[in-house]
Amino acid sequence: MAQTAMKLKGNGSSATNWRTWLGVAPFFLFAILFLFLPSVRLFTASFTDSNGSFTLNNIVQLFSEPFIVNAYKLSIQVSAVTAFGGGILGFLLAYAVTVGGLPKSLRSVLITFSGVASNFAGVPLAFAFVATLGRQGFVTHILRDYLNINLYDAGFNLYSFAGLSLVYMYFQFPLMVLIMAPALDGLKREWREAAENLGASSTQYWLRVAMPVLLPSILGAMILLFGNAFGAYATAYALTGGRIGIVTIQIGAQIRGDVLYNPGLGYAMAIGMVVIMAISLAGYSWLQAKTERWLR
Amino acid sequence: MASSEDRKVAEMSFWARLRKFPFWSWLWLFIGALYFVLPLFATFEFSLSWDPEDPLKAYQRAFEDDKFWETFIFSNVLAVATIIASVILVVPTAYWIRLRLPEARRVVEFITLMPFVVPAIILVFGLIRIYSTPFYVPFTDIRFMQPLTNFKIGTNILIVAGYMVLAMPYMYRSVDTGMRTVDIRTLTEAAQSLGANWYVIITRIILPNIRSALLSGALLTFAIVVGEVTLASFLGVDAFGPYLFLLGQHRAYEPAALSFVSFLLTWLAMGLIQMFTGGQGQAAGAH
Repeated sequence: MAQTAMKLKGNGSSATNWRTWLGVAPFFLFAILFLFLPSVRLFTASFTDSNGSFTLNNIVQLFSEPFIVNAYKLSIQVSAVTAFGGGILGFLLAYAVTVGGLPKSLRSVLITFSGVASNFAGVPLAFAFVATLGRQGFVTHILRDYLNINLYDAGFNLYSFAGLSLVYMYFQFPLMVLIMAPALDGLKREWREAAENLGASSTQYWLRVAMPVLLPSILGAMILLFGNAFGAYATAYALTGGRIGIVTIQIGAQIRGDVLYNPGLGYAMAIGMVVIMAISLAGYSWLQAKTERWLR
Repeated sequence: MASSEDRKVAEMSFWARLRKFPFWSWLWLFIGALYFVLPLFATFEFSLSWDPEDPLKAYQRAFEDDKFWETFIFSNVLAVATIIASVILVVPTAYWIRLRLPEARRVVEFITLMPFVVPAIILVFGLIRIYSTPFYVPFTDIRFMQPLTNFKIGTNILIVAGYMVLAMPYMYRSVDTGMRTVDIRTLTEAAQSLGANWYVIITRIILPNIRSALLSGALLTFAIVVGEVTLASFLGVDAFGPYLFLLGQHRAYEPAALSFVSFLLTWLAMGLIQMFTGGQGQAAGAH
């Protein structure tokens, strides 16, 4: 990428003047109006008290108000569990269709399905899971009628932590498949042959060669899944009607009506979320750069 | 050739063949397939169970509702508007960066990743806070414009802009990848030497050459916008997403039918992307 950039620069316009920058002005104007201004407004407002003067109180309260701390905790738990669970299932699936010895034709079927499922979210997804695992759901009935397992008596509840995690998994693991399949393709056949020639077993090859190469990519993808779940709102809202206390739902309630009785605190909550998302994206791109050393 | 091959396979003992059989791979695939299919099957089955005499009753009722068509068509209009506006914004930008302004690449790519950091709920929060107050000409008391959220066209502009932000990472990446595969510099020089102006170059030369990339970006945008709930419900726009949500509050069978239909629509969009890009699966993010 950097090379092409250098070449173009050398060939074409050597002195870039302000006229050339005018070409991207509409894009920057759009980004300022609809991305930066809204974010900056939330940022400044989170440092402002009700009289309009500077305060750090809202930020401090983020860490002391139990209501908010719990919301962050729950959001982080759901995101971490689904990133980890979805990551593992997605990796195994990607493994199965790339180097796992399954027929080639299954691969494109799985990739298409993953594309669909990772985009199938929000209200329809929530309704689909109510029809599956709700009190009158299809699977709930099957388990009760044929295996004599009553999910809801056993403490399961679709509208709580476990249920929400299962629902999020539906768009999490396909995303993992989409990210990991190309990465697994990047494993060179020569590495395996070299390892076998040196007398390594299959386990040794995976532990000592493949995993170290894949690990940054797996971790990076899991971080991406984490952010994917952390920012999700519509699915959780449609599923629970706003009765589960994750951060996005609480922020939604704060937008609808000042439930925290302190607008500044609502802004601070939003900024806290942006900070966590920014950290995960930074982690992802850092790991992505590490991945590119070996794969592709 | 084939016969000797066959004999070899036949000679393989049962156990050796069993060892060759990728049992674990099939197991993971089975679990994955179950996860994929069960919710869809359950939804479909439920949507048919309203009236045993007339299995399609839920679909019939859902499609009879005028409000469904109103909101669904409006969501499609919003999607088309978002796609057109995004193309107008993104294509010249990506083109210009490749042709003349490579030093802007990093900052523009950074901006296109911003929507991953600012989820829809935060974006709509900020948009409401900014655009629910009137605009004043700077340093004066002269009111320049009333709040965008106060009138219908203003809200529609706001929601399309918001959707453009949500779709930007996918649109920009599609377009930029598309441009990498065609030599836009040579194409531009050839067009210029034949006397074409910038408008002609972009609409007649560049756009047709990146059409499959554009199509994949457009379909992904479509998948994000139709059915989107967060922006639409907070901005008070009568789109399909909020309609389906409200329907789910007091009906049982119609929402299941419509959920299944929207799954089919998502599948259609993704299938078309597969067809046009040749197997490069992509994921959007309006969860």
